[in-house]
Amino acid sequence: MDRYVCNICGYVYDPKDGDPDNGVKPGTKFEDLPEDWVCPVCGAAKDEFTKE
Amino acid sequence: MKPAQIVKDVHWVGSVEWDCRNFHGYSTSPLGTTYNAYLINDEKVTLFDTVKAEFANDLLCKIAHLVKPGDIDYIVVNHVEMDHSGALPEIVAQVKPEKIFCSPMGERALKSHFDVTGWPIQVVKTGDTVSIGARTLSFLETRMLHWPDSMATYIPEDKILITNDAFGQNIASSERFADEVDRSELYRQMVRYYANIVLPFSPITQKIIAQIESMGLAIDYLLPDHGVMFRGADVAYAIESYKAFAAQKPTKKAVVVYDTMWRSTEKMAEAIATGLLSEGLSVKIMNLHVVDHSDVMEEVLEAGAVVVGSPTHNNGMLPRVADMLTYMKGLKPQNKIGGAFGSYGWSGEAVKAVAEALSAMGMEMPAEPLRSLYVPKHEELAKYVEMGRTIGQAVVAKAG
Repeated sequence: MDRYVCNICGYVYDPKDGDPDNGVKPGTKFEDLPEDWVCPVCGAAKDEFTKE
Repeated sequence: MKPAQIVKDVHWVGSVEWDCRNFHGYSTSPLGTTYNAYLINDEKVTLFDTVKAEFANDLLCKIAHLVKPGDIDYIVVNHVEMDHSGALPEIVAQVKPEKIFCSPMGERALKSHFDVTGWPIQVVKTGDTVSIGARTLSFLETRMLHWPDSMATYIPEDKILITNDAFGQNIASSERFADEVDRSELYRQMVRYYANIVLPFSPITQKIIAQIESMGLAIDYLLPDHGVMFRGADVAYAIESYKAFAAQKPTKKAVVVYDTMWRSTEKMAEAIATGLLSEGLSVKIMNLHVVDHSDVMEEVLEAGAVVVGSPTHNNGMLPRVADMLTYMKGLKPQNKIGGAFGSYGWSGEAVKAVAEALSAMGMEMPAEPLRSLYVPKHEELAKYVEMGRTIGQAVVAKAG
């Protein structure tokens, strides 16, 4: 599963870890994140992420 | 200096640092700066942000002109960076506030900066409101404009938007409003601040401005945390300027920035500028020995092209050029055309390294990088004039 980097703040979304603070379980692919999911560090939208 | 009234019961209580030249360690502030804090004298007396730690007494003195510091009920922390929160521990100790409002990321940042034991922190999110008597505080998170904790506060009754660092400028002045200072100087300092601080967050800036516009907020006063405040027609001026900065539309302007050992690379810079000028561009030639990288970024913001020169020294580029490129990369300028040039004596790696660095920033490179052995001969300089022309034509095509 691919990791994605936030273009704004540099946060890396790792599907292995998910984003549990915001209800995203470990093992969730980036593509499967809800469309309104935002970067937990800076609030950037999904389209601000680039595949690592 | 005394506090300044903005509207009835709303006051500027910030500090002016006339001799600030080192701004946060990464840029310079030739005109000094201010740390703006605001006080609203309502049923709940509310202080918005504080100042740099060493100005805590100055802030307390200004507050004391209006209310007893102990009468402050609420503190709003719009931004946790030290120039606005440094005095916070001292102020909290003196004031013993009933509540301290900050964003969710603000709470995390406050805990990472200070011992907040016993601080009455209340986290607020976008859309949350708090009544302070005759007025309402309406909060708007502005994450990454320009830190994760950044937040703005809107006061609908007075049509005031307090924007933390957004719309700031480093200007130390006795005047408090934009309509009281020199216009061109104001604009230059808005450009300089944006280019050196806000630029990498341009996509976020565009989204937040669109959000504010879609909310249809009536704004009569735009109050940033640095420099002068905007009122009346200047509110739209500030917002439209930010939209233009964030769009990064190239203009017919080029920055030729270089360092030099024995003036060979400098000769090339002059020749490239000649070519750029012949295509109708405005040119800034900047020698990194006499300008700071933040001076360069001020010029880069509105430029269509950035042409960078370095001689090869010990198999690499000169340190000031490496500094400039590292700094510029982090600020993520967009829509630029690049170019690389320089002299060399034997191995000659610098020009390639400069070209790679500019390409990695997403710059188009219409002209081949150019280098010359030791000292470029007069006839050889024609190649550099031609390079300037090629780059100039590309900028004209792009800028329209």
